[in-house]
Amino acid sequence: MEGALACRFIVDKIAASDTLRLNGGAGHGRPDRQFTGRCNVKVPVEITINGKSYSGEVEARQLLVHFIREEVGLTGTKVGCDTSQCGSCTVKLDGAATKACTVLTVQASGSEVTTIEGLADGSDLHPLQEAFWNKHGLQCGFCTPGMIIAADELLRKNPSPSRSEIRHGLEGNICRCTGYQNIVLAVEDAARSMGGA
Amino acid sequence: MFPAQTEYHRPNSVTEAVDLLASNEGAKVLAGGHSLIPLMKLRLVAPTVLVDIGRIEALKGIEATDGGLSIGALTTQATIAASDLVNERAPLLAEAAGMVGDPAVRNRGTIGGNISHSDPASDLPAVLTALGATLKVTGKGGDRSVGASDFATGLLENILGEDEILTSVSVSSIPSGAGSAYVKFAHPASRYAVIGVAAIVGVSDGRCSSASVVVGGVETTPTRASSVESALLGSDLSDEALDKAAAAVAGDFQGDAMSDIFASAEYRQAVAAVYVRRALAAAVSRAG
Amino acid sequence: MTTRIFGSGIRRREDPRLITGRASYTDDIKLPGMVHAAILRSPYAHATITSIDTSEAAGQPGVIAVYTGEDTDGVLNGLPCAWLIPNSDLKTPDHPAIAKDKVRYVGDAVAVVVAESRYQAEDALEFISVEYEPHDAVLNPKEATQDGAPQLHDDVPNNVAFTWAVAGGDAEAAFADADVTVSDTITLQRLIANPMEPRSAIAQWVSQTGDLTLWSTSQNPHIARFLTSVVTGVGEHKIRVIAPEVGGGFGSKIPFYADEAIAAFCSMQLGVPVKWTETRSENYLITTQGRDHIEEVEMAATSDGKITGLRTTVYAGLGAYLSTASPGVPTILHGLMYSGSYDIPNISGTVYGVFNNGTPVDAYRGAGRPEATMLIERLVDLMAAKLGMDAVEFRRMNLIPKFENGHDVATGLTYDSGDYHATLDICLNAADYSALREKQAKLREQGRYMGIGVSTYVEICGLGPSQVAGAVGFQGGLWESAIVRFHPTGKVNVMVGSSPHGQGEETTFAQIVAHEVGVDVDDVEIIHGDTDLTPMGWGTYGSRTTAVSGAAVTLATRKIKEKSKALAAHLLEAAAEDIEYEDGKFFVRGSPDQAKTIQDIALMANVAWDMPEGMEPGLEASAFYDPPNFTYPFGAHLAVVEVDPATGEIDLQKYYAVDDCGPQINPMIVEGQVHGGVVQGVGPALWEGVVYDDDGQLLTGTMLDYALPRADGFPDIHVQSNVTPSPHHPLGLKGVGEAGTIASTPTVYNAVMDALRPLGVTRIDMPFTPEKVWRAINSAQNGA
Repeated sequence: MEGALACRFIVDKIAASDTLRLNGGAGHGRPDRQFTGRCNVKVPVEITINGKSYSGEVEARQLLVHFIREEVGLTGTKVGCDTSQCGSCTVKLDGAATKACTVLTVQASGSEVTTIEGLADGSDLHPLQEAFWNKHGLQCGFCTPGMIIAADELLRKNPSPSRSEIRHGLEGNICRCTGYQNIVLAVEDAARSMGGA
Repeated sequence: MFPAQTEYHRPNSVTEAVDLLASNEGAKVLAGGHSLIPLMKLRLVAPTVLVDIGRIEALKGIEATDGGLSIGALTTQATIAASDLVNERAPLLAEAAGMVGDPAVRNRGTIGGNISHSDPASDLPAVLTALGATLKVTGKGGDRSVGASDFATGLLENILGEDEILTSVSVSSIPSGAGSAYVKFAHPASRYAVIGVAAIVGVSDGRCSSASVVVGGVETTPTRASSVESALLGSDLSDEALDKAAAAVAGDFQGDAMSDIFASAEYRQAVAAVYVRRALAAAVSRAG
Repeated sequence: MTTRIFGSGIRRREDPRLITGRASYTDDIKLPGMVHAAILRSPYAHATITSIDTSEAAGQPGVIAVYTGEDTDGVLNGLPCAWLIPNSDLKTPDHPAIAKDKVRYVGDAVAVVVAESRYQAEDALEFISVEYEPHDAVLNPKEATQDGAPQLHDDVPNNVAFTWAVAGGDAEAAFADADVTVSDTITLQRLIANPMEPRSAIAQWVSQTGDLTLWSTSQNPHIARFLTSVVTGVGEHKIRVIAPEVGGGFGSKIPFYADEAIAAFCSMQLGVPVKWTETRSENYLITTQGRDHIEEVEMAATSDGKITGLRTTVYAGLGAYLSTASPGVPTILHGLMYSGSYDIPNISGTVYGVFNNGTPVDAYRGAGRPEATMLIERLVDLMAAKLGMDAVEFRRMNLIPKFENGHDVATGLTYDSGDYHATLDICLNAADYSALREKQAKLREQGRYMGIGVSTYVEICGLGPSQVAGAVGFQGGLWESAIVRFHPTGKVNVMVGSSPHGQGEETTFAQIVAHEVGVDVDDVEIIHGDTDLTPMGWGTYGSRTTAVSGAAVTLATRKIKEKSKALAAHLLEAAAEDIEYEDGKFFVRGSPDQAKTIQDIALMANVAWDMPEGMEPGLEASAFYDPPNFTYPFGAHLAVVEVDPATGEIDLQKYYAVDDCGPQINPMIVEGQVHGGVVQGVGPALWEGVVYDDDGQLLTGTMLDYALPRADGFPDIHVQSNVTPSPHHPLGLKGVGEAGTIASTPTVYNAVMDALRPLGVTRIDMPFTPEKVWRAINSAQNGA
C-alpha cells in the first residue's frame, strides 16, 4: 500500500473492489446495478423514546438519528458528522450511550431510547444540565445534547472521576467552542451534586 | 450520511442467518454495525441485503472454559472491557477492548464484527493473535475453527466464505505468572491504531519463560514479532534485554507495511520498536 | 445588585433551551410541503464538463426536479465578492452557483436534485451522468504563480488574483544596515473551521407575493439578505433571512455560498420550500477554509537586540474562486498587523492572492491575524536565538511601551491602547518562567526535551470604522445598530443587527442594559438573527459583536435613560437637571424616597397619560454605532511541551493565557472564549491540516482523517487577564473571540521548536505530527 490515502485506506480498498465504482475518487459513483430489493425494504418498527412509544414502517436503511429527528420530531439529537466521530447524535439506547447515526432504526426496534429531551425530570433539570449551565460548559450548544448524554454514561460508570478520566471518557464527543475545559468542570460539578466524591 | 436502499432480514438463529447469506448474493452480516454502517453512510458499501444477527442470543456472552474463555461474537467491547472473567484470564483483551474507538462505540461494537471486518488498524486482531485465540466460524457446511493468526488474509480480507459467520472466539488464559499489556499509538482523528502492540511475557525465576508479541496497525495483517519473542526467551528481562528484544522487531515485518498521510510505512516500522518496548515494560511490570 | 451586573459572571440566558434540546437550528426546521435538495459535486479538482445527462436521475423515485448550471442561466447571477481591495489589480472572475463549463475544485457544484426526501435525492445523484475532460491541478499557492502552472481562470494570468503591498519606514535601508538578520519560510496550512453544526439552508418562495424567506446558518443575516438579492434579483424588501440557532461558525458562516443560492433557485422554480443541509464530508469539500499561506519572511536587528526591520513575501491561496470576504483577509487583516506588539520602524510586505484548485479560502477565526502573529513571533524567537538572548528578554526589549490613547505603527494603523509588558509579566509570573527554564535545563541533562514557548500578540478587532471599510474596499459598512424597547411592564426587548451564535451576547447585552438603567437582567430579552425583526447590522465576526453591537446597545440604552430622566422630572415636577439616577430609580436630588422607578417610567411612557409637552409617547430608542477606530486586544501566552525524540510525539503539559480585552462584562464568558480559542489554535500546531494530493483530491476528507482537538489532548488551561480600556469605546470594550486562536498557534509552535533546539532542528511545517517531528530530528542528527 503506497501513497497517501483518503478516508484512511478504506476508500482505496473499496474503490478497488467492485462494490461501488467511485467516480474519480470522491463523492458519488454510479451504481453498477439498480437496487431491485423486493421484500423487507420497508420494515415495521416500534421504539420507545423518552417513555413514549412510536411505531410505524421505515426504510431498513434509515439511521436511528433520522427516525428520532425526522419522524418523531425530537430535534435535540444532532447530526454533526457522517463518520461516527463527533458524538453529537449520542442518545441512550437501552441505557447505554450510543451514536444514533451508527444504528439503523430497525436495529433499535423494541428498544428504549432516551434523548436530551427526556433527560430532565419534568421541569427539574438533570444535574448534568444544571452543571453545564452553571459552569458555562457550552457555547453554540450544538454538541451539548450528545455531550451531556455521554457524560451521563461516564458518571454512571464512574461516579467520581478525575479530570483526566473525564477527558478520556469524553473522547468520543467533539466540541469546537469550549476547548472542553468548562465541560470537564461541569462534569466534575455534576459528579459532586450527584453524590460522587 | 444516507445509506443506499437495502433489504433487511433478522434471522432468529445462526442456521437461519447462514441460509440467508447463502441465498442472497451481496448480503452482508450486520452485528453491532460499527464497522459496516459507517461505510454504508458514505455509500462506500451498499449491501443489497442485510442479515441482522444482532438478536441471536446464542451469540452473546462470555463463558469460562477449561483453561480459558469463550466469547460470543456479539459480545460488545464494553462488555469485554468490564468483564471480571476477561480481566482475570486475558487481561490484555479487556485492556484493548477498552481502547477501541470511544465509549459509545464500545457499547455497540462487537468482537465478532470487529474481527470479521479485518481492519488492520483495529485493536483486537493483534490481541487475539497474541493470545493464540481460536475463532469459530459457522457456514452452510457446518462449523470450523481457525486460528486468529490465520483469519485475516489481507487488508479487509479474511477467510470467511460468503455464507459464513464468525460465531465465537476462544482464548486460553495467559500463563500463570505472566504479565500482559496492550499499548497503542492512536491516530488523533480516527482513534484507530497506527501501531498497537500486544505482549504477553511469562516470567520464571527472574527470566523470561514465555513470550508472545504481536504488532498491529503496521502491516495489512497482524505481525507476529518472532524475533522479539526469541530475544526475550531466557533473557533476564533487564532494561537492556528489553531494549534489545524490542529493537529486533525491525526484522519481523514482512514488507507489507502500510502508509497513509499520517504515518508512512517507514515511520510505523521504526516507531513500532518504541511501542514494543513500552508494551514489554508494561507486561513485565505486571508479571508475577 | 443591579449596579454590579456589569462584570458579573452570571450564567447564560441562552442555555436553558440549548441544554434541554429545545433550541431550533436550521436543520431542525420542518416546513409544510418542504422538499430536499442534494447537490452533485465535481470529483475533479480541475476539468471541463463535456456533457451532463440528468434524464435517468429525473425518473428516480421521489425526484421532483434536476437542475444543472444551464438551468440557472439568466435566473441566477454569479456569486459576488464583497471585499474589493483597492490598488491591487484585483481580478474577480465569474463564480456561478452551479458550474457550467468548467469545474475548479473537488466539490464544485455540478447539478442539484430535488426530491421528496434527502435519501431519495441522494439516490438520484448516482444516476446523473457527467463526462469530464480532466486538467492538471495546482494547490501550492507559490507554485500556482509560476509560468506553466495550470491556469484556473482564463483572464487571470499566473493565477494571481491580486498583488497587495504594505510599507512603512525604509525596510531596504534597515536590512542594508542590519547587524543581524534572520529569515524563514513559514507555511500556514489550510484549516477547516469545523463548527459542529454543518451549514444548512431552507428557501421558501411564495410566488403569489414574491416573498423569499431564507433560513440560513449565517453569522450575518443582513449581509446574506443583501447578497441573496444580488444573486437572485429579488428586492431586499421582499427577502427575509433568518439565522435561527446557529451552531458555531468561526468565520465559515460569513460567506454567501452557492448552496443558499441553489436552494433559493430551486424554491423559486418549484414554489415549495426546499431544504439543503451539508454532510460533514461535504462541509470539508465546500465550506470555506482558512489560512493557506506560504510566508517568506526576514527580520533585521541590531547586535544589542533592537528590531529594526521586517520584510515579507506572502503567497496566499484563495482556492478556486473569490469567496465573499477573501481578498481582505490576507491583506487588510494581515499585512497591516506586521508590527505585532513590537516597535518595528521599517516594514515592507507583499501579498500575492493566488487562485488554486482547492476549496475557496476565507476568514477563519483570527482571519489574517494568526498568519501575521505566527510570522512575527517565529522571527522574534529566531532572532533571540541568533543573538544568544532569552526569547522573553528579547521581547521585552522590543515591546511597545504602555500607551493609553493611541500609538502609531509603521503599517499605518493607530493602536488604541496597550500594556504589553504587563500581560507578559503576569503570564511569566503565573507560569514561574525562571523555574521552568531551570527544570528544562535539568531535563536536558537527562536527555529529555522539554520546550517553553512564549508568544505575545495584538489583534485588530471591533471592525471597524465604516469610512475605513470603504477606503479598504469592503463593500459594506461596519457599524451596528440596536433598538431598545421598554414595554409597559418595564420588561425590555433589544433588537440587534449582529447575529451571535455561541458567544453569549443574549446574556452580555442584557447585562449592558441592566447596568445602564437598572432593570433586572432577566427582564431583558435580546432578539437577533432575523432581518424582519432586527435593525440593520453587519454581523458577528472579527471579535466585533460585543465591541460594536454592544456599543450600539449601550448608546440606545443611554437614550432611554435620558428620556426617562426628562419624564421623571415631569412626573416629579422638577427640572431635568435636578433629577438623579441610581439603581433604576430617578429622583429629585436629596429626595430619594420620592423616586420613580424605570418601571414607573416605562408604564407612563407607554400609556402616555401624563407626558410633558412635546415628548413623544413610548420608551424606545435606537442607536447606530460606527466605531471611530478599531480596537486592539492583546496578551501573552506560554506553553510547556515535552517531545519524545524516539517517536516525535508531543505532550502539551501546561498552558497559560493572559489576555487584555478591556473591561469584561461577563468574565465567565470571556474565559470560555479564551479556552475555546486556545484549543482551536493549538489544533493547527499539533494536529489539524488539510491535505490534498497532486490531483487536488482532498485526502483529509472526513473527521476520520482531519484531526480535531479532543478533550484528552489538553491540560487545564490557566487563564488570567488584565484590563486596559479602549479609549474610544463607550464601555472601553475591545473583544475577545479570536484572541486565543491568534496567540496559541505560535505559542505551541515556539514551545516545540524550543524543545528541539538542542537536537539541531530548525524548522518543521505544521502540523507537528509525530512523523514530521521524528523525521526532523533524524535529519538534524544525521547532519542532513
